[in-house]
Amino acid sequence: MDQYTLNLLVVGATFALYIGIAVWARAGSTSEFYAAGRGVHPVTNGMATAADWMSAASFISMAGLIAFGGYGASSFLMGWTGGYVLLALLLAPYLRKFGKFTVPEFIGDRFYSPTARLVAVICLIVASVTYVIGQMTGVGVAFSRFLEVSNSTGLFIGAGVVFLYAVLGGMKGITYTQVAQYCVLITAYTIPAIFISLQLTGNPIPGLGLFSTHAASGEPLLGRLNEVVQELGFGAYTEQDGTPSSVINMTLFTFSLMIGTAGLPHVIIRFFTVPRVADARWSAGWALVFIALLYLTAPAVGAMARLNLVDTIYPNGTTEQPLAYADRPEWISNWEVTGLLSFEDKNGDGLIQWYNDGDEAFAATAAERGWQGSELTVNRDILVLANPEIAGLPGWVIALVAAGGLAAALSTAAGLLLAISSAVSHDLIKGQLNPNISEKGELLAARIAMAVAIAVATYLGLNPPGFAAQTVALAFGLAAASIFPALMMGIFMKRINNKGAVAGMLAGLIFTLVYIFLHKGWFFIPGTASFPDTIQGSLFGIQSTAIGSVGAILNFAVAYFVSNATEDTPEEIKALVESVRIPRGAGAAAADH
Amino acid sequence: MADQISNSPARAAESGKGYWAANVRLIIGCLIVWALVSFGFGILLRPLLSGIPVGGADLGFWFAQQGSIIVFLCLIFFYAWRMNKLDRDYGVDEE
Repeated sequence: MDQYTLNLLVVGATFALYIGIAVWARAGSTSEFYAAGRGVHPVTNGMATAADWMSAASFISMAGLIAFGGYGASSFLMGWTGGYVLLALLLAPYLRKFGKFTVPEFIGDRFYSPTARLVAVICLIVASVTYVIGQMTGVGVAFSRFLEVSNSTGLFIGAGVVFLYAVLGGMKGITYTQVAQYCVLITAYTIPAIFISLQLTGNPIPGLGLFSTHAASGEPLLGRLNEVVQELGFGAYTEQDGTPSSVINMTLFTFSLMIGTAGLPHVIIRFFTVPRVADARWSAGWALVFIALLYLTAPAVGAMARLNLVDTIYPNGTTEQPLAYADRPEWISNWEVTGLLSFEDKNGDGLIQWYNDGDEAFAATAAERGWQGSELTVNRDILVLANPEIAGLPGWVIALVAAGGLAAALSTAAGLLLAISSAVSHDLIKGQLNPNISEKGELLAARIAMAVAIAVATYLGLNPPGFAAQTVALAFGLAAASIFPALMMGIFMKRINNKGAVAGMLAGLIFTLVYIFLHKGWFFIPGTASFPDTIQGSLFGIQSTAIGSVGAILNFAVAYFVSNATEDTPEEIKALVESVRIPRGAGAAAADH
Repeated sequence: MADQISNSPARAAESGKGYWAANVRLIIGCLIVWALVSFGFGILLRPLLSGIPVGGADLGFWFAQQGSIIVFLCLIFFYAWRMNKLDRDYGVDEE
C-alpha cells in the first residue's frame, strides 16, 4: 500500500471516530453545552485539557524550537507546564466553586461591574481569535503535505470537521472528542521518539535517552551534540549566552508564558466541567501528567533530530566534506516539494554545506574549505513531521504522525471556538444585550456564534494576516497582563474593588499592547515600530515577548493602589469571596457573617 | 450542647479563618518550590549547579528541560492531597 493511501486511511478513521463521538455526546442544555453537565471524571477531564492545551505549536513546532534553540528554548518547556501549578493552586478550585460558565462572568460578578466583564470579554476574544488563526494555518499545512490536496481544500475539510463536532456537541462532545484526540496525538508523538531514542542510545525512554550515551560515538549524547554543532560554527547546544539581559529575558519570558497559560480562558473553562471542587484540584494534576508525557519527550526529540540532521548532512563527520545533493535521502526531496526545506548550491560543487555562516570565528574555516554560505534552509516546523522519515520508520508511523498533528490542531481550535462562542452568547448576549433570553435561544445563539467564529477563522486561515506568528506572543501577553491578575486578586484579595480591578486590567492591557506595538509596529504594520525588536533596542533590556510579566505586575500594583484609595468592597461581595474560598456549599460560607 | 450551638457561627468563622490561613501557607510553600526549580535551578542559579554533571550537560540543564516539569507534577498532586485532607479536617469538604 502506498504512503498516500495509508495516510488517507488513518486520518479518515480518526475523523470518523471524532464525529461519531460528537453525535453520541450531543449537548441538549446550556449546562451540557458550556460545562458538559459538570459530570466529567477528573482523569478524563485531565486528558481533554491536555488535548485542548497542546496545539499544533506544541505538537509540531516546539521540538523544532528546542532543536535549534537548545537550552535557550527551555522557557517553552517550563513556561507551558509551570502555568498548571498556578492554575491548580490559585484558580481552578475557586472558579469551579463559583459555579458559573465563563471567565468574564466571574470577573463581572466578583468586581460587580459590567465594564470589568466587557474588558474580560474583549481580552478573551482577542487572545482566542489570534490563537485560532495559527491553528487553522497549521491544519492547512498538515493536510496539504499528507493528503496531497491544496492548502485551501485542507483548510475547508478541517473547518468542516470542527464545525460538525463542536457545534453539535458543545463542551460535552468536545470533551470526549478531545480524549480520543489526546490518545491519537500522544501515540503519534511518542512512537517515533521511542524508536529514535533506541537507535541513538539504546534507551527506550526518550527523556532518559537524552541524558545517556550516544551509541555510535560512546560519548554522552548531549556532549556529542555540543561538539558537532560547535564544529559547524553554531553555539553550544546546552549553553546560552550568559549576559545578564538574556538571563533576565529568559526569566521574564518563562514567567509570562506561565501566567499566560494560567490566564488563557479555553483552559480555565475546562475546570468548570468536573463534579466537585476537590476534582478540579486533581484534574489539574492529571492534565499535567498527560501534558508532561509529551513535554518530557519533546527535548529528546529536539536534540536527537538535530543530531540526526547533522549526521545525515555530514555522513563522514563534520570535519569532512558534506553529502552530495544527488545522494540526498528521499525525505529531503519530499520536503523540498513543500518549500519548507530548500537547497541552493552557492559554490556550485554539488555538495550540501550546512553551517552557521553568521559566525565570524568560523568564517576562516569555511573559506578554507571553499564554502560560500550555508546552502540548506530548514523550516523548524518540519522536524517532528519529518522525524519518522529521517529515522527510516515504517509508513504507518508517518500516517500516524499526520493524524496526530491534525488532532492537536483540531482539538485546540475546537476548545478556543467554544471559549469564543460562550463569551459571545453568554457574556455579550445574555449578560449585556438580552438578559431574558430563553435557554433554547441562548443555545441557538451559542451555536450561531460558533459557526460564525469558524467561518472567520477559516477566512483568516486562508488569508493569514502577516502578523499571525507574532500575535501568539500577543495572545499570551494579553492573558498574562489582564486576565490572570484579575482572577487571582478576585480570589485572594477581598479589598480589590471594581474601580481597582478595571483600572488594573486596563493598565496591564494598554501597557502590554503599547510596548508590543512600539517594538513590532502599530497593529503590526511594518515600518511603524519606534524601537528595534532586540534586547539592545528595548527599554530596560526587556524584549516584547517577555513584557506580559511586567504588564501583570503593573496590573497588580495599579489595582492595589486604586482600591486602597477608593471605597471598601461591599459586604455581599466579601461574602461571595468567602464562599468561593470554601469548597462546601454556600451554607458554610454564610456562617461567617 | 446549648453553648456549642450558640457559639457555632463564631466557631465556624474561626475555623474558616484557620482553614484559609492553612491553605495560604500551603500555597506559599508550594510556590517557593515552584520558583526554586524553574527560575532558580533552571535559569538564575544554573551557574552554581554547573559543577554537577548530568549526561553530557549539567544539573541546571536537566532541571530546565526535565526536572522542573517532574517537580511541578509532584507539587500539584501533593497540594491536591493536602488540601482535600484540610477540607475534611475543617469540615468544609463536599459531602
